[in-house]
Amino acid sequence: MSLSVNHLLGIRGLKRQDIELIFQTADQFKEVLQRPIKKVPTLRDTTIVNLFFENSTRTRISFELAEKRLGADVVNFSASGSSVSKGETLIDTVNNILSMKVDMVVMRHSATGAPHFLSKHIQVPIVNAGDGINEHPTQALLDAFSIREKLGAVTGKKIAICGDIMHSRVALSNIYCLKQLGAEVTVVGPPTLIPKHMQEALGVNVSYDIRETLEWCDVANVLRIQLERQNTPLFSSLREYSLAYGVNRQLLDSLKKEIVIMHPGPINRGVELSSDVADSGHSIILNQVENGVAVRMAVLYLLAGKKEH
Amino acid sequence: MKTILSGTQVAITVDRLCHQLIENHGDFSQTALIGLQPRGIYLADRIYNTLQKLLPGVKIQYGRIDITFYRDDFNKGKALHVPNETAIDFSIENKKVVLIDDVLYTGRTTRSALDAMLDFGRPSAVELLVLIDRRFTRELPIQADYTGREIDAVNSENVKVRWKDRDGHDDVIIE
Repeated sequence: MSLSVNHLLGIRGLKRQDIELIFQTADQFKEVLQRPIKKVPTLRDTTIVNLFFENSTRTRISFELAEKRLGADVVNFSASGSSVSKGETLIDTVNNILSMKVDMVVMRHSATGAPHFLSKHIQVPIVNAGDGINEHPTQALLDAFSIREKLGAVTGKKIAICGDIMHSRVALSNIYCLKQLGAEVTVVGPPTLIPKHMQEALGVNVSYDIRETLEWCDVANVLRIQLERQNTPLFSSLREYSLAYGVNRQLLDSLKKEIVIMHPGPINRGVELSSDVADSGHSIILNQVENGVAVRMAVLYLLAGKKEH
Repeated sequence: MKTILSGTQVAITVDRLCHQLIENHGDFSQTALIGLQPRGIYLADRIYNTLQKLLPGVKIQYGRIDITFYRDDFNKGKALHVPNETAIDFSIENKKVVLIDDVLYTGRTTRSALDAMLDFGRPSAVELLVLIDRRFTRELPIQADYTGREIDAVNSENVKVRWKDRDGHDDVIIE
């Protein structure tokens, strides 16, 4: 059994069997992470470069831990302080790094499609760690893995994705992943933050009413407002957004059932999610982070194992 | 296809291996049995259950280990292996560990299992129990301490241990 793809550029290119294989592998890596020695020697002959052209805390640390716990050698690169500021192109930068015998690339870039472009020019496996407003596949995988862990399955579950759908790569990857696994998905947020034709294009329900959607769902994945990607104001103020679409204790208490709260981080506390909810028993936010390492180990393991074929 | 051990012979052999274990391990207080995934666990289950019958009331520590992440042929052009469950919920520190597998062939699986096991602690001693020992095919200096049956088979032949729980009936065949 192996993945049907040579790179993880997005969830869009994955089959359901691929996602299930990743989960099945991640289950065993999760066990490895509970051991006294949380490390296996599988990728000891593999060198991986983490190319981060955009800021990151969680994803970057998570990938680095995943790589190290697989026994790989790790090189880190961030755009600030590199020759990118001297005008070097993406292909030149990457080819120079690869000529130093690097076997895999993990890349985050603010330009949509950057890893897809790169995959046409280099021979080694690429893992997309977020490209612009397109996809963030490992986040979607760890989100679905966390839902599966919490609720036993993803198929048939009702998942709400709340907030800035327009600018969120987490939203798009989540939609592809959850739909592929047979979940029902509703996106909810202000009309200015939800692209048109979502229903026709992606088969998700669209709602502008947060209470109604939370009442419907089993899980709410609350997204961060991506102010850095909004060129023109799309709502009048953060305070107004928070009042209309923020998820808080009062709102959750008014529902007739308990729902699971997720957030991909970083949280803007008091904007999309209040602190008392983020830190409550409903929240599986820290489980998501924990699962992130196991899921990324699975992705790296499965891609590295395809290298020679 | 040739039958090496029939169902009855498998049962007799498992009984004998259990008695040999009891001879060496007494009350099993300092012993842990570890079955190797994926196929060794069927023999390990059988050994464990038989020991429980022979020694009622004695607590025997029993786990399973998967060696996928410790293989020496990762990325060597072979098909990728899907990992199985590892379940060792006890300490193996200073215990006598008995690794259990169905067939001892090249010795490479056992080598990987030794590596995997050491990530859980430092046992005082490690032994190997196998149902079938394929002689003259070893690629590493590894031998079994308890053997069900020694056989001579050439590399092109496939030795298969079948279990009731998985394959419908017990036997060992060569094809």
